[in-house]
Amino acid sequence: MAVRVQTEDFDVGAESRALQAETVGGIALFVGTVRGLSSDDGVTAMTLEHFPGMTESELERIEAEARARWPLEDVTIIHRVGRLVPGEQIVMVGTASAHRKAAFESAEFIMDFLKTDAPFWKAEERGDEKRWVEARDSDDAARDRWSD
Amino acid sequence: MTLTIRYFAWMREHTGTDLETVSLPDNVSSVGDLVPHLAAMSDGHAQALKNMRAVRVAVNRTYGDLDTPVAGGDEVAFFPPVTGG
Repeated sequence: MAVRVQTEDFDVGAESRALQAETVGGIALFVGTVRGLSSDDGVTAMTLEHFPGMTESELERIEAEARARWPLEDVTIIHRVGRLVPGEQIVMVGTASAHRKAAFESAEFIMDFLKTDAPFWKAEERGDEKRWVEARDSDDAARDRWSD
Repeated sequence: MTLTIRYFAWMREHTGTDLETVSLPDNVSSVGDLVPHLAAMSDGHAQALKNMRAVRVAVNRTYGDLDTPVAGGDEVAFFPPVTGG
């Protein structure tokens, strides 16, 4: 079990190996990155801010909810903060289970709740302009489909 | 009654502070009671808190709303809807 909020980059290969264990038959890894300059947004950099203390407790709560719904052997959630440029890794969710279905579904569940509940905020830079990203209704909808 | 108030993201930029300690009358018993007192502190505070539907609240680092009770010593955080991931 691990929840980490950090400025440093992370090594997905090392994190995947750390999730491996005798009882694990499937590991799902999601990595979120800063979209590149060639995308429509034209973002040149972004700065991520968070609420130290509450962020970790929310991520731990989301992990606990995922573990209550799926038989998970291990979970890793890493989220970076600070200034990031296109191509950099922002977030990683790794879930390890005996079978793939639990790993896939729980990784998606954790990301959906992270997007709506973990107190992070992004400010995007386009050249000299800095603008706070607005929350999307589609993220709320993605979270709410789990409440059936 | 004294509360610790925190602001994040654009709310921090409007209020000009990320952390302040505020003394309030004892009849303040919920987040909803607290907001008008904070909004009266400066034009920036009023701007930050003018649309509470666009704002999320956490009391002692747990999500709440305008009805959430507050008591002396609590930490109340105001921030925009989150945009991580």
